[in-house]
Amino acid sequence: MAFYVAQFLTGLASAASLFLVASGLSIIFGVTRIVNFAHGAFYMIGAYIAFTLTERLSGAFGFWGGIVLAALAVAMIGIIVEMVLLRRIYHAPELFQLLATFGLTLMVEDLVVLIWGPDDLVGRRAPGFKGAIDFFGQNIPSYDLFLIVLGPVVLGILWLLFQRTRWGVLVRAATQDRDMVAALGVNQKWLFTSVFAVGVFLAALGGALQIPRDAVHHAMDLRIIVEVFVVVVIGGLGSIVGAFVAAVLVSELNAFGILIFPKISIILVFLVMAVVLIVRPWGLFGRPEAAARKTPGLTVNPWRPLTPNERLAALAALVIAATLPLFAGNYALTVGSEIAIFVIFAVSLHFLMSVGGLASFGHAAYFGLGAYGIAFLAKMAGLPMIVCLLLGPLLGCLGAAVFGFFAVQLSGVYFAMLTLAFAQIVWSIAFQWVDVTGGDNGILGLWPSSWAASPPHFYWLALGVAALVTIALRAMVFSPFGYALRATRDSTLRSEAIGIDAKRIRWTAFVIAGTTAGIGGALFAYLKGSVFPDNLGISLSVDALVMVLLGGVETVSGAVIGAIVYKALNIWLISQTDLSKLVLGGFIMLIVVVFPKGIVGMLEMLAQRRKKASPPASPLLAKPIESAE
Amino acid sequence: MSVAPPLLAVEGLTKSYGGIHAVRGVSFSLRAGEILALIGPNGAGKSTCFDMLNGQNKPDSGHVRLLGEEITGRKPREVWRLGVGRTFQITATFATMSVRENVQVALISHGKQLFNLFGSAPKFDRGEAGRLLELVGMGGYADRPCGELAYGDLKRLELAVALANQPKLLLMDEPTAGMAPRERVDLMRLTAQIAREKSIGVLFTEHDMDVVFEHADRIIVLNRGALIAEGSPAEVRGNPQVQAVYLGEGLVYDARHREGASA
Repeated sequence: MAFYVAQFLTGLASAASLFLVASGLSIIFGVTRIVNFAHGAFYMIGAYIAFTLTERLSGAFGFWGGIVLAALAVAMIGIIVEMVLLRRIYHAPELFQLLATFGLTLMVEDLVVLIWGPDDLVGRRAPGFKGAIDFFGQNIPSYDLFLIVLGPVVLGILWLLFQRTRWGVLVRAATQDRDMVAALGVNQKWLFTSVFAVGVFLAALGGALQIPRDAVHHAMDLRIIVEVFVVVVIGGLGSIVGAFVAAVLVSELNAFGILIFPKISIILVFLVMAVVLIVRPWGLFGRPEAAARKTPGLTVNPWRPLTPNERLAALAALVIAATLPLFAGNYALTVGSEIAIFVIFAVSLHFLMSVGGLASFGHAAYFGLGAYGIAFLAKMAGLPMIVCLLLGPLLGCLGAAVFGFFAVQLSGVYFAMLTLAFAQIVWSIAFQWVDVTGGDNGILGLWPSSWAASPPHFYWLALGVAALVTIALRAMVFSPFGYALRATRDSTLRSEAIGIDAKRIRWTAFVIAGTTAGIGGALFAYLKGSVFPDNLGISLSVDALVMVLLGGVETVSGAVIGAIVYKALNIWLISQTDLSKLVLGGFIMLIVVVFPKGIVGMLEMLAQRRKKASPPASPLLAKPIESAE
Repeated sequence: MSVAPPLLAVEGLTKSYGGIHAVRGVSFSLRAGEILALIGPNGAGKSTCFDMLNGQNKPDSGHVRLLGEEITGRKPREVWRLGVGRTFQITATFATMSVRENVQVALISHGKQLFNLFGSAPKFDRGEAGRLLELVGMGGYADRPCGELAYGDLKRLELAVALANQPKLLLMDEPTAGMAPRERVDLMRLTAQIAREKSIGVLFTEHDMDVVFEHADRIIVLNRGALIAEGSPAEVRGNPQVQAVYLGEGLVYDARHREGASA
């Protein structure tokens, strides 16, 4: 019994830090609508700076002062980031801010290693809380007790801040309707900046307070950010009380899950999140999200099928790509194959995101399922490659059919979070079900049949499939189904009023995207000769998002370019520098600020401008868009 | 009593939100080709009533029948399939698609081609889409992105979309709200003409009494969720209760007309 109580208290102590970080994310999202991916990075910097300060400053005052100073310093960094980076992109397409903060995260990961080194750092114990308290034979660190008290205290302070101050009233008002707050003459710029600063301060404080409990290391950002997303979604975006309750819930699930269900401990949290989202899509304490008010005059470049000339150009590009084996070596061909595979992966997500308006944060699940499908078929059933390639993606299709059914019940950020949860569930299964999946060791020895084994042959295979997939998905954009899908994206109300079952349409799109991703994953398994849980991990899902956003989410097939640029740059940077994340992150941020419509989106805009610059006919009579057939 | 069931028959429709009785036992009917206006002060329950007709909202009790068939509580998309088109108080269109594409989506849905993955949508019923746009006077705007349209044009586009499935009944929630006076008259004249030609029943809510009295064959008046009057424009205008709760004692309509005549 005493053991369980001790375990419960440990859970509560972990909840404190989680709550701080989650409440920060929640406040920032509520007001600015930015899903701040860099929140984990701020948490990590908080921990690192606190480590340095508490090492330098002596005594109790030095320790506690160091913690607070660290959080303040990171809040300053947050202010700079908000003013220099985010302010420029509040009006960019939704999720573009996510890309920017992701770029920032990448940079921070390398910077942290550059400054503090790659080793884990073990910080000082907190003065006054060094010992442990004996509880019926169980040792409970007194610092844990401090954290347990701290959580509710911070909750109380935040509550007072939001209920009793003018600033808090503005923040709550902006969370409900920021356009109205702006219309009432509130300086939105500074409101956003201050909210961001407070959110970042909380994240950094959460990180700084962790040093007496955990070593500081350079991967702590990703670990926490996923957990924080879960907490915020369970609690309800924008709700501080929700963040607290959910932080406790998640921490306790972690503390007891490992005791009760050691086999599925990682899944447990995500399972709870999935259930919460399905039963109460806006979280335990959240409110249903009001439909975002669209900025008037914001129109996308009209989509049209390629003109004959453009088709020829695309064909020429494909032919040139196909000649690569004539002059490139095996390494370049392997890289080429990998890029082609990522094109498949990216266009599959692009279809879902830009045509369906459904941003999946867990698209790697279906890529990875396709890869595992190959592994099962080839290793266990011993089927030949061609059969495997045809059947393997069906595992992705199946996964997408099951998860997609639940995911399409939601939309917007909640859809994104539910897909993330599902991807984590699949990842956990691959990671923990060692008997079948090999766990962390993966499944090795998947080699292509002889007809596809040589790098040139495999390259042609990958290129051919990538071209087919891209053409097929593009054709679907201009099919009756594609129109219906766009219709559900533009207005659910209207599409429902003209007989369209939006959920079924979206579900179909989800399955199509999942199956296509599975095709990419299947090829990837053969390219690498192995399958690992990483093939369905979060970072791969994020890669897909980045490729789509980089290409331009408002374009028809921008993801092709996005995938080529991102993947080529990524591979090249890793071969050239140890600081590839720093450069890549910087590059992403640059793209976000300079080309907020993505690479292809920007090119289209330039083309549009040139067209407009040429002498226009009477604007009313001229057809502004040539609808080519 | 006529033997054939009316196009739309509403019986005892009731809806409350918490303690507020938004709609209380509303009953009325509508014939094919008839233009019926639903009027009443703000908060009278017009929109709630409207939303319950095509399944946007579920009534607590009561019945909605279309040609005798029970459609109460059906989903909007099912009601649409039975031949009920609808326009919204705040226009709902597909902003990133062109005007023609907006109509084509409705035609695709009507033709049950929603899951056709490999056909060509730009070519889908292009002629019919063009005809519908011509019908509402939007033929010249077919290739415009819908997001660029002026509000009045959006309303006309909505009408074209609502006509795409050859409806028997049109539900128009404040069809002329936010439009210039001239546009209002044009749109309602157009609607009335189409309705008479194709024998479509039209139910509309409206605050502009000029529009109502000029185009409605019959008017029903809602106040605090209950029907308080029903009849021809002349009858309703002369009804003291209606004047008290909605039109006002001064009879704005008449006054304005007198002013207009003297000017």
